[in-house]
Amino acid sequence: MIRLALREFRTEGIVGLALAIALGVLLLVTRIHIVNVNDAFQTACRRAHSCSSTPNPVLTVDNPLQHALPLIAMVAPALIGIFYGAPLIAREVESGLFRLSWTQSVTLRRWLAVKLGIVGLAAMMIGGLVAWMVDWWMSPIDAVNMNRFGLSSFGYHGVAPIGYAAFAFALGATAGALLRRTVPAMGATLAGFVGMRLAVTYWIRPNFALPVYESVPLPINEGGVSFSPVATTEAFNPPGVTVPNGWVYSTEAVNKAGHAPTGHYLLNACPAFFNQAPQPPPTGPKTAAGNTGVTLFNNCVDKLSRTIHTLVAYQPGSRFWPFQWAEMGVFLVAAIALCGLTYWWLRRQYG
Amino acid sequence: MTAFIEANGLGKRYGRKWALSDCTLSIPDGKVVGLVGPNGAGKTTLLHLSVGLLQPSAGSISVLGGKPGTTSTQLARVGFVAQDTPTRAGFSITDHLRFGRWMNPNFDVQLAAERIESLGLDLHQKAGKLSGGQRAQLALTLAIAKRPELLVLDEPVASLDPLARREFLQGVIAVVADSGTSVILSSHLVADLERVCDYLVVVVDSRVQVAGEIEELLASHHRLTGPRHDRAALPRDQELIDESHTDRQSTIVVRTDEPILDPAWTVEQLDLEDLVLAYMTGAATQDRRPKLGVRS
Repeated sequence: MIRLALREFRTEGIVGLALAIALGVLLLVTRIHIVNVNDAFQTACRRAHSCSSTPNPVLTVDNPLQHALPLIAMVAPALIGIFYGAPLIAREVESGLFRLSWTQSVTLRRWLAVKLGIVGLAAMMIGGLVAWMVDWWMSPIDAVNMNRFGLSSFGYHGVAPIGYAAFAFALGATAGALLRRTVPAMGATLAGFVGMRLAVTYWIRPNFALPVYESVPLPINEGGVSFSPVATTEAFNPPGVTVPNGWVYSTEAVNKAGHAPTGHYLLNACPAFFNQAPQPPPTGPKTAAGNTGVTLFNNCVDKLSRTIHTLVAYQPGSRFWPFQWAEMGVFLVAAIALCGLTYWWLRRQYG
Repeated sequence: MTAFIEANGLGKRYGRKWALSDCTLSIPDGKVVGLVGPNGAGKTTLLHLSVGLLQPSAGSISVLGGKPGTTSTQLARVGFVAQDTPTRAGFSITDHLRFGRWMNPNFDVQLAAERIESLGLDLHQKAGKLSGGQRAQLALTLAIAKRPELLVLDEPVASLDPLARREFLQGVIAVVADSGTSVILSSHLVADLERVCDYLVVVVDSRVQVAGEIEELLASHHRLTGPRHDRAALPRDQELIDESHTDRQSTIVVRTDEPILDPAWTVEQLDLEDLVLAYMTGAATQDRRPKLGVRS
């Protein structure tokens, strides 16, 4: 049975591997340039004893690939689900070949276990390989951006994509068993995979661990602070805070009691400011009128910063790997559950 | 004598519709069984239940003393050729024989290779390029090389031309002669079955209408023609199978083991085809449904 599964997977397996290798060659060639640019920049920095003045040029080289890669990495598991998972059972049923395959001296349970095992393992290997290559290509850029924990970039780093590939594959197999036709099963796989990825990203991943809370003083006389023209609780917006390699959930302005400042309080603190609407931008042109606006604004922030500070909720960068493993775990558990569902369904339908 | 198929109140339901209902059968070992009935009568359902491709919704079935499809041993004991004889179009004949070997521990490669050779087939030919008859022979070869105790063939000749049909059935007869395998073979054509079968099961409208040795069935069924009769006038030992009346004349088919004594009747023997037709039309009229078109 194992040999049969390998024989039947031969073409798909070769195609998948060939595509992954083609991508690998492309990445290998283009990455050389990025590394060179980065090295040149770092050398120049060391000579100048400062790097902060200019942005690292790796952020702008090979622009098309830099934008395409995250997309490729996110689409790869879906393709695996569509082309490896969906036809696995649907094609068998659709063509009537199940009547041949499932009446040999191999029980349905064993047939399914071997098929899911072999093709599923290949799916995870190819999915993992693609993600690892993308991760590796992006590493000089990630070192500058320090945002791999971010909502969207988390998904094309680390080990989570292995879980995605396993899940997409199992979802395809299940959809094929339930729908019995390959093309609808492919559509259902795509929809289900996207839905699951979104659901985990927005609802499940943020709950893997409670965030760390940290108080940051309000920056005085700096850009980034903004007000809505009407004095309400939400009127005051502190500047965003970035945590290197971390994942910021929220930044909010709170007073010493830990509550958001009331509209009443804001109005009292900055009467001139809220009476004047609409407001000139804080970094407006240095005209006389602009200067008045900026002065008013800075006075206001200065006053507020005595009682108000910024509360940042975030996951520190050290939790990146635990989160990666947890994300992979969630998708693997879901994949195993889908395999169980497929077996139960086929057993009910075909004995 | 043991039974190779033993069904008890067996039924299979799809949604609200019963594809097969209340099927009770006990078919003795070593028989070549013909399963006949119109398309959609439940033949395939019964065969799929017997090879484990379906689970019963009601009742139970045991094949060769075991529950169909549950273990690899049970699966190895039954060879199955499905309707339209599915094969992998992109696989060559050699690939199919390899498939058989990989999937069946008892697979007789030599037997299979010899059979393919005697059929004059090219081992490197892709299954997708074979004619219907050749594909059916390939499927039969795979089933036979499992060395099964029971061979289940679902409408294997339905789509074949008369010559391929005869060759296929000769192949089946040869297997029975060589190894004494029991066979159950379905068809909507009685003529196909007459040649190879010694036991008949008629399925109409998801129900088994009659089952028995063909010789016994032929001996116990009669067509009676005479002046117009009422249904109630028949003696108790005569089971009415089918009736048709004109204003003055009645033609009925009855089943009885006793001699027909009523001198008003002209008694005729039935051939197998008439017998099956009588059950098909009889089943239709008894249900007070519009008559089934009799397909052949």
